[in-house]
Amino acid sequence: MDNKKLIISPSPHIYSGADTQTLMRDVLVALLPAFVVSALVYGQSVIAVTAVSVAVCVATEWLIQRYLIKGPSTVGNLSAVVTGVLLAFNLPSDIPLWMVFVGAVAAIGVGKMSFGGLGRNPFNPALVGRVFMLISFPAAMTTFPDPLLPAGFDAVTGATPLSALKEGLMSGAPLSEIVGQFSYRDLLLGIRSGSFGELSGLALLLGFAYLLIRRVITWRIPVYVLGSMALMAALLWGVDPSRYADPLFHLLTGGAILGAVFMATDYATSPMNHRAMAIYAIGIGLLTMIIRTWGSYPEGMSFAILIMNAFVPLLGKYVKPSRFTRAANDKSSR
Amino acid sequence: MSRSFSLGGIHPPQSKHTRALPVEPFPVPETVAIPLVQHIGAPAVPVVAKGDRVKVGQLIGRKEGFVSANVHSSVSGTVVAIDELPDMGGIRRPSVTIQVEGDQWDEAIDRSSTLVRECALAPQQIVEKIAAAGIVGMGGATFPTHVKLSPPPGRKIDTLIINGVECEPCLTSDHRLMLERGEEMIVGVMILARALGVERSYIAIEENKPDAIAHLGRMVADYPGVEVMGLRVRYPQGSEKQLIEAVARRRVPSCGLPSDVGVVVQNVGTALAVYEAVQKDKPLIERIITVGGEALPRPGNFLVRVGTPIGALIDHCGGMEGGQKIISGGPMMGRAVSNPAAPVAKGTSGIVVMPDAGSRRSKERDCIKCARCVSVCPMGLEPYLLIKMVRMGRSDQTEEQRILDCVECGSCAYACPSKLPLLDFVRMGKGEAMRLRRQRQQACKRCD
Repeated sequence: MDNKKLIISPSPHIYSGADTQTLMRDVLVALLPAFVVSALVYGQSVIAVTAVSVAVCVATEWLIQRYLIKGPSTVGNLSAVVTGVLLAFNLPSDIPLWMVFVGAVAAIGVGKMSFGGLGRNPFNPALVGRVFMLISFPAAMTTFPDPLLPAGFDAVTGATPLSALKEGLMSGAPLSEIVGQFSYRDLLLGIRSGSFGELSGLALLLGFAYLLIRRVITWRIPVYVLGSMALMAALLWGVDPSRYADPLFHLLTGGAILGAVFMATDYATSPMNHRAMAIYAIGIGLLTMIIRTWGSYPEGMSFAILIMNAFVPLLGKYVKPSRFTRAANDKSSR
Repeated sequence: MSRSFSLGGIHPPQSKHTRALPVEPFPVPETVAIPLVQHIGAPAVPVVAKGDRVKVGQLIGRKEGFVSANVHSSVSGTVVAIDELPDMGGIRRPSVTIQVEGDQWDEAIDRSSTLVRECALAPQQIVEKIAAAGIVGMGGATFPTHVKLSPPPGRKIDTLIINGVECEPCLTSDHRLMLERGEEMIVGVMILARALGVERSYIAIEENKPDAIAHLGRMVADYPGVEVMGLRVRYPQGSEKQLIEAVARRRVPSCGLPSDVGVVVQNVGTALAVYEAVQKDKPLIERIITVGGEALPRPGNFLVRVGTPIGALIDHCGGMEGGQKIISGGPMMGRAVSNPAAPVAKGTSGIVVMPDAGSRRSKERDCIKCARCVSVCPMGLEPYLLIKMVRMGRSDQTEEQRILDCVECGSCAYACPSKLPLLDFVRMGKGEAMRLRRQRQQACKRCD
């Protein structure tokens, strides 16, 4: 045995391959099907909006990290790219690019870096950017080009299914007529108007399956969010089907799947154990339905997620994971 | 679906490349250094002097007090030194160094391979023989076996679990033992059951060893009360608390012992040692060790005399090709070796040489709160929170967050994508929490 230098460290001596960059890359791959659908439906404006959003998010993080925090660059972990794509997915495809610029700076600058960067931000950065834009540019954020019209008519705006529902009900139109304009097949495939990432339920579910296979997220938060939404929608629908839309309509519209799979599951802003995850996710589902049904905005997913984000630290403090054993002097756990 | 424990767990790569290699007797080295403390408890007191001639199996260290273990010579030859020698981590331990001359065994030891099935000894006599033979837990914990077999009065033990899980990657010594020494081991289980007065014994084996499950399953038909139980592969199933939950569906309470739920757990290696001690009068002087790891050209399973230098095992297997890290035990819970001249001991289940790529830790990054550490923890703890508390010097809050429940399996650190040294800090925090607890208990005593 020759005397070579040995490496000493405490156990464990092997590690899983998981690292932040790989996880974020997997999220980007999972977003790809939805991106392709949007680009097919809305054309190249989708690519332009996404490119600007990603570029500004990455640049903002790099500049703040370098000149304000004065720490090593963190853009390599790709989390700013994910935020950029998610922000873009929440925008109308014809939004002016300078507005995207403002939203992206708000998302990363205010939503993420002002708290110290990845892992420290309490609110989902992409949603901070989106809500910032919704309040600053309400008109541009709520008019969407109608993909069903041939080219050349792109000045005409189409109603999203949920805004059609809200406005239709206020004007006294019968519900069956409003909902009847949208076929579930088209909603699933993405042939309708709306924020461009939320178009196709099928593409988003494909991404969900990929995230599950790659073990980036677990099924819990998306299933609890969508399940509680469906349950509340089913209850309302059961009470009065002439006033409330059916559960499937709610699940396929208003970014429900995009929010449940990609936004509510954001690591930094969602709870850390299964019990707290359930409370958080069910809260999002119910709040979304409450805002959609009785609020003044047609869709409620963004607000519901941000509201529940605010409860995450509290849940972390008081809702503990299922322990192996009860402590001698502790009756709360187990 | 077959049984397993309920919370957390991981699936590290198994890397059991030596599973099909039969156990070979390892050549007796020229000198051995036998530590007088190879167990948890007080060091044994030397009963030989420099210049004495000893035989294989002769007592050289007598146990000091109840929680201690006898130490026997693993070779024949002359005692050349009784002094303190650095162990594998560099800590000096009282040791007896013996210059090997021939291989002369103590006459009392039955070296034949005939199986001796019947044991008519009373429980107390069995425990005495086990204590005399210096048997300790051979899974790595090295707790003296006679102590485990003497539960506190009033504690009724009704289940014996034999740990053949071997959930650590790379290690195959228990697997080979079950295949090659299966029936002797089962007789050892019967003896342990007799000593404890239990009706049911389970030999728990993970399903990645179907040959061992089938082999022992056929044999236990002749041994009433012994059952082989296959468990779903999952780390850390070999951890005592997890194993008891998987097999007996009972949870050992916080800071409690298996005997609190009527269970005693023994490793398969211990069961074989018990057979040899009780039926063959052979003390614990050798054991089966896997010498493996990606950086070793010719890995294998060996029957090794206690006191053989770790370096001799590595050289025998082709030397460290490019490797820079030696682990005593498995890659998940084993200890890094800084002194390859140190001897193997009763609790050494394997020597693993890590390849260069796996030897160094990656750079730590910011926690992204992905919650993997929480979901893999088999004890339901929150490692991300514990490391934060320990780093902030808030060890006063960690006991409330159940830091003392940690079994140090390392699943959290294994799973962390940000490479946080979670277990390092939890260990530190455990030490600090224990200190605070003792302080508090002393304060209580003063008030009484």
